[in-house]
Amino acid sequence: MGCLEALKPEILLSQSSFREAREYIRKNVQEYHEVEPGYRIFDVHIIGVPPLYIGVEGEHLIFPYTKPCHGTFVVKVPGGEEIARLRERKGK
Amino acid sequence: MTENSNENALILLGCPQVPVQTSMALYLVHSLKQRGIRPVIAGTPAARKLMEVADPDRHYLPEMADIDAAIDEITEKRRDFDLCFVFIHNDSGVAYAGTMAYISKARVYALIFGEHAEDLAAEIEFPCEVVAAKAVHNPMPLKRKLDEVMQWAVSKR
Repeated sequence: MGCLEALKPEILLSQSSFREAREYIRKNVQEYHEVEPGYRIFDVHIIGVPPLYIGVEGEHLIFPYTKPCHGTFVVKVPGGEEIARLRERKGK
Repeated sequence: MTENSNENALILLGCPQVPVQTSMALYLVHSLKQRGIRPVIAGTPAARKLMEVADPDRHYLPEMADIDAAIDEITEKRRDFDLCFVFIHNDSGVAYAGTMAYISKARVYALIFGEHAEDLAAEIEFPCEVVAAKAVHNPMPLKRKLDEVMQWAVSKR
């Protein structure tokens, strides 16, 4: 798994709540998959209260990234193999 | 007073922006040790450094862990805890507590403090024990609430 920072994430929403991040993905990304809290993507965990979503847009992933001091960001990065791993999950 | 126990507790620190956190975390370590419960502290580098600098000889501090490494261990089922205390003074804290309630088998305690303690407490919608007090600089309101909870938390063991 790669390092998120090295992927130079595009920030779509900054310093929001995890609920706002959830709604942003649900409303703005056509393909999104529900994941459990703690789901690891690249070198970060998806943090929050279910439901938590990760979106797929072309070759990119869009997901919430929570930092203890700065709230939750919605970031967009090249998805690579993580897209296939996400789509292969049950209950998507 | 030390009880015989193999129990352990994860203390999950939030952003160290609010002064009472470091003080209350050390107090919680003390309370747990008194009851024979082995604490582990996880937090951001800054939150951990605040504690490590204040206790260079590690008289009080127990095992320390990176917050992401701790979550890794739990999600990968390499480790878990009996109790988990999450310090919360912002939305991220609520998010971390919700994550712990989901990934860990521990009994989760949400220790909510800061200017917006009541509002944050109202946002808790997952299984946990809420300990909330409007405490920013003075730890005593939160300490009193924590003392009450520790009494019956231990009696449930």
